[in-house]
Amino acid sequence: MQTLPKLPLGDAVEALVDWLEDYFGWLLDGVSAGLKFLVDGFQDLLLLIPAPIFIVLAAIAVYFLTRRDSKIAVLTAIGLLLIWDLALWNLAMLTFALVISATLLALAIAIPLGILAATNDHLNAVLRVGLDFMQTMPSFVYLIPAVIFFGLGNVPGIIATVVFAMPPAMRLTNLGIRQIPTDLIEVADAFGTTPWQKLIKVQLPVALPTIMAGVNQCIMLALSMTVIASMIGAAGLGLEVLKGIQRVDIGGGFEAGLAIVIIAIILDRVTQNILPNKTSP
Amino acid sequence: MENLTEERPTVQVENLVKIFGPKSEKALQLLQSGCSKQDIKEKTDHILALKDVSFSVYPGEIFVLMGLSGCGKSTLLRCLNRLIEPTAGMVLIEGSNIVAMSPEELRETRRRKIGMIFQNFALLPHRSILENVGFGLEVQGMPEEERHKKAREALALVGLAGYEESMPDQLSGGMKQRVGLARALASDPDILLMDEAFSALDPLIRRDMQDELIELQERLSKTIIFVTHDLDEALKLGDRIALMKDGEIVQIGTSEDILTNPSNAYVEKFVADVDMAKVLTASDVMKRPEPVAPSTAGPRVALHLMEEHDIASIFVVNRQRQIRGLALIDDVVDALKTGKMLEDVLITDVPTVTCDTPVAEIIPVIADSKYPIGVVDVFGKIRGIIVRGSVLAALARKEIEGGWSAAPEASVQQTVLTEKEVDADADAA
Repeated sequence: MQTLPKLPLGDAVEALVDWLEDYFGWLLDGVSAGLKFLVDGFQDLLLLIPAPIFIVLAAIAVYFLTRRDSKIAVLTAIGLLLIWDLALWNLAMLTFALVISATLLALAIAIPLGILAATNDHLNAVLRVGLDFMQTMPSFVYLIPAVIFFGLGNVPGIIATVVFAMPPAMRLTNLGIRQIPTDLIEVADAFGTTPWQKLIKVQLPVALPTIMAGVNQCIMLALSMTVIASMIGAAGLGLEVLKGIQRVDIGGGFEAGLAIVIIAIILDRVTQNILPNKTSP
Repeated sequence: MENLTEERPTVQVENLVKIFGPKSEKALQLLQSGCSKQDIKEKTDHILALKDVSFSVYPGEIFVLMGLSGCGKSTLLRCLNRLIEPTAGMVLIEGSNIVAMSPEELRETRRRKIGMIFQNFALLPHRSILENVGFGLEVQGMPEEERHKKAREALALVGLAGYEESMPDQLSGGMKQRVGLARALASDPDILLMDEAFSALDPLIRRDMQDELIELQERLSKTIIFVTHDLDEALKLGDRIALMKDGEIVQIGTSEDILTNPSNAYVEKFVADVDMAKVLTASDVMKRPEPVAPSTAGPRVALHLMEEHDIASIFVVNRQRQIRGLALIDDVVDALKTGKMLEDVLITDVPTVTCDTPVAEIIPVIADSKYPIGVVDVFGKIRGIIVRGSVLAALARKEIEGGWSAAPEASVQQTVLTEKEVDADADAA
């Protein structure tokens, strides 16, 4: 017994989407092509190197990135060897490429916006509403507009991942800059810095630990989104997990899931240890 | 001091007003129509932080802004380089009004003319000591090699050579503030703004830093504006002191002016707790060094001088009036009998202090010594003599009269005379 007439909300949204596709189709196509190029490029690059050599190189790189932490380097080598042994190497590299692309894109948006939000209270108020909206919405909901505008495949997967992974990086950049002690800002001003010098020489370096925490969060969220994004056709390890669920293939699902966890642990350890601890010289 | 007024002030503040709040213009009108701080707070919810402040600071002077917390002294200091934007009034830095400057002019002035030192050191945690000290130069765009050279020089100046590659968190508080000082000195500004610079240090280190600042100032002769809430510090460092209360300057004067002629009850109350033993120096309590015996004289002359002045010992000085030693009357009589020279009976290890030694440091010396103490200047020339009685008298006068002002006794006048002599000598040298 519905007495109120139903609002034609769905129709309106469809009309809006049609209109957008008519007038901004070129833009969506452009974005789509760009992202595809990015992911394919990273994937090709990663697969260019044979797995054994890659594992050695990765361990060495991690060793130096973490300022000679041999534990993390050994962990990396063992984890990657396991992925190779499980014959998940190509899928893992694709997942890696997707995560790198999504993270880079998310950070490219989040960090500048975070900096702007830290210096402008009005913008901060507006952005905070947007961030709250993005973070309260269940991540599945992002998939709908992504599919509508970009169809199925890796590209909408990346778009959804970017939306999902961006908020903490932006929030922590904003927070890191706002938390800089007043007297350090006064030092910058008192010694006659331009706004740009102040940002580069004082604000960003001092806020860097907090910003890096945001980068770490961003990568972790991007990885966690790989499984969900596989529902709209993003390939890689996430898709294997999804197949495992759909076919009740416990073994296959577990192996792919384990590979994701390994990549997550490596990326987490590296990003957390890339900055020197405050007390060391 | 009188000749200072003829010089052009390095920093001149005229009718400076600072009102905190979003609509300070309206509050300013209220102020100009005669409203008090309280009225403005009630009517507009704005805070009047500085009310019509004017003063001038002259080249080479240490000017201390002093007052209790919340009196507006730090706000005033920050108005001088516009870290806080004044609501009305002028701040002339070497003749040009910083309040009216464009952002470019302001940057240039901050880079070249004004250095600032902060209470909590404010070193950049991600930079080495050398890079911290070179920060101002880096901002000016100086090439790295030259910048590092100047930063090293500035570090050496504050006694921190060898710490270039350390990080700020490896240094103690006193060392950090030396770095802060070096950072401000590196770009060789004429003006140093020091905001409670030594307040975060423990008392012993604080005293060392004060001494070092005085020593540095003798060499560099900057124009220093020093904010503190510590009266002892103000009296020690300040050539002139501005005492602030509720955003106004209550009195400006030398330490002695403020102690001797407190302009109102507030100042009087503020200075009532001063430990006179720290304020008074050797030159305040010493007697004129008369008579002294020339080292060329014989025992007979020395004895004659002692008998004439009814004293039991006499300082013996050389031609440059540098102390050779102390002759006691018994020894001199003995020398006369046995035919010895005056030089042979001198006590040479007489304790001496300098004119600016605080009485607090003289008391233990005099307590350990059977003889009078000689007061000498930087060249080792005798300037005065301190006996136990004169120290006690100076302190007691303060205790009994409740103020230094009410005791214009003979010895005080003597002190003034001696000081003038010192000044005259210093000018000649």
